[in-house]
Amino acid sequence: MLERTVQIVSNERSTDAYYRLVVRAPEIAPLIQPGQFAHVRIAPLKDALLRRPFSIFQVQGDTFSILYKTVGKGTEALSRMRPGDELSVIAPLGHGFTVPQPGAETPLLVAGGYGMAAMYLLAQRSPQKGIVFVGGRRRVDILCEAEFQSLGWQVRATTEDGSHGEKGLVTQPLLEEIRNPQSAIRHPKLFACGPTPMLKAVGQIAEEYKVPAELSMDEHMCCGVGVCLTCVIPIKSGDDWEYQRTCSEGPVFDAKDVAWEGVK
Amino acid sequence: MNLSVQIGRLVMQNPVTVASGTFGYGVEYAQLLDLNQLGAVTVKGIRLNPVRGNPTPRTAEVTSGMLNAIGLQGPGVDGFIQKYWPFLKSLPVPTIINIWGTTVEEYAEVARRFHALGGVGALELNVSCPNIKEGGAQFGTDCKLLAQVVSACRKATTLPIITKLSPNVVSIAPYAKAAEDAGSDALAVTNSYPAMAIDIETRRPKLANVSGGLTGPCIKPIAIKLVWEAFKAVKIPIIGMGGIQTAADAIEFLMAGATAVAVGTANFYEPQTALQVIAGLREFMQRKGLNEVREITGSFQPGK
Ligand SMILES: Cc1cc2nc3c(=O)[nH]c(=O)nc-3n(C[C@H](O)[C@H](O)[C@H](O)COP(=O)(O)OP(=O)(O)OC[C@H]3O[C@@H](n4cnc5c(N)ncnc54)[C@H](O)[C@@H]3O)c2cc1C
Ligand SMILES: Cc1cc2nc3c(=O)[nH]c(=O)nc-3n(C[C@H](O)[C@H](O)[C@H](O)COP(=O)(O)O)c2cc1C
Ligand code: FES
Repeated sequence: MLERTVQIVSNERSTDAYYRLVVRAPEIAPLIQPGQFAHVRIAPLKDALLRRPFSIFQVQGDTFSILYKTVGKGTEALSRMRPGDELSVIAPLGHGFTVPQPGAETPLLVAGGYGMAAMYLLAQRSPQKGIVFVGGRRRVDILCEAEFQSLGWQVRATTEDGSHGEKGLVTQPLLEEIRNPQSAIRHPKLFACGPTPMLKAVGQIAEEYKVPAELSMDEHMCCGVGVCLTCVIPIKSGDDWEYQRTCSEGPVFDAKDVAWEGVK
Repeated sequence: MNLSVQIGRLVMQNPVTVASGTFGYGVEYAQLLDLNQLGAVTVKGIRLNPVRGNPTPRTAEVTSGMLNAIGLQGPGVDGFIQKYWPFLKSLPVPTIINIWGTTVEEYAEVARRFHALGGVGALELNVSCPNIKEGGAQFGTDCKLLAQVVSACRKATTLPIITKLSPNVVSIAPYAKAAEDAGSDALAVTNSYPAMAIDIETRRPKLANVSGGLTGPCIKPIAIKLVWEAFKAVKIPIIGMGGIQTAADAIEFLMAGATAVAVGTANFYEPQTALQVIAGLREFMQRKGLNEVREITGSFQPGK
């Protein structure tokens, strides 16, 4: 974990409300593991003080990037920043995904919306190539299909309005794959990032079909480094559960550890 | 130039600490800044037993500040000693342990436990947390109860006691005086302000606890006035806090009567804040030709 002032290399609209931001961060880039995040201070926000967390999307040389959706004042202000502008980032943060060992399980990635951003490094660094199940409301919510394909991954897209890929929820093709007796994938493991209802559904599938799963949880954050106890989720502990921090123990948790009855 | 100050028997190398609950147990920030530059490390509130805390969402950003209702989640005395004390004990800078309870006896028992531990810099009694049903602010908004808590802790320990007052009172002077008379070595002014925010799209509160405590730069002018009023009422030192972001903010607290200051919410967005405040304070003293930081305390001139 380092705090650095970094320079924006590029900040371009990708589709609709999604942008890609590349920053030069030579000390941070080599430390990044799949599923970790950056905590970004958006200087033009004068009276909105808190940093915003974003998954690290890609790492290239001495740069890393994030893929973000404009949803509020922070991300709107970020989208107006230009190459050469500076940002303060604390990164890399959190415990990311477990990269599969060579010859071990085959990853099935499940992503909703900007959850796709957390998946790229895992897809790139996994020795086994699997399938990416990506879902969104509309066509514009399906991000970077081609980039996953060029890593040699199969991409199965679903949209709720049917404007791209299959119509429905991302968990439908996932279920078909897991139930398919002819599937070439022997030892699947699920890795998911997206809205909480999607993560819960993936967690249920993992439990029902006894497939291991890691989930990257999306909780509101404040400090991002473990001091404020804002970002907690209920994690099983003996017969009971306890709150653990998404920014520190997470954001990636083993699906079987999450005490869903306590998740809001 | 001498930046050192004294809070009871506790000597701080400079007057800047961090506010309880905004700095974890110190270890979390050790990778981002040199803790040994601080005047003291102040840890998150601890009661006798572990506390699960409130449901989420626990914080919300508001204009120039934030709301929190964490619910004092914590590991309890034993959990703290096992998990965090070895690290804190190894630091050359002193640790201020923030404690709370739901009864007068519990406060005293926690004080006794930390007294027995040895090596603790000071105890800060949180009698002002707005986010829990029992304990906390109930002790800080009743002069008699406040005096009982402070004197029970006074009997339990010879460690320096800092009583952290609630801002949620008509006048802070009688509370400051009550704490002083009951044997408190110092005061901390102030805790967060009861407040709330509503999401107008869903008509739901922005905090699961509905209301919480307001902190950050937006509370600074109110906190400055409370420090000034407490300063006029007592002789014991005051640790001033509420919205400090810069050395100028800290100097304002000192001039209003604080002997030391604590950086809180600003740690969340700029972990270097406390160190920047120390550097800026040095610069100010140089510019004004001051040799002792103590000279700034209460130097505010309200008259003409
Ligand atoms: C571990 C993690 C990884 C993330 N990765 C990405 C990513 O790769 N791409 C992306 O577009 N977004 C990502 N998000 C969500 C992103 O942090 C929010 O969209 C962003 O904080 C919204 O800020 P805003 O000022 O535009 O919105 P506002 O609604 O104005 O923000 C108000 C407050 O709510 C918080 N907030 C609002 N929405 C969210 C949310 N969904 N999650 C957490 N906090 C929120 C903000 O941080 C801020 O404190 C991630 C969140 C987490 C926790
Ligand atoms: C997230 C959060 C947690 C806090 N936890 C505690 C606590 O455990 N005990 C306590 O006495 N004060 C606690 N406080 C209050 C701070 O110590 C401080 O009094 C207050 O935040 C005002 O300073 P600031 O505006 O610089 O943050 C907390 C504040 C915040 C924001
Ligand atoms: S965001 Fe502060 S503890 Fe996780």
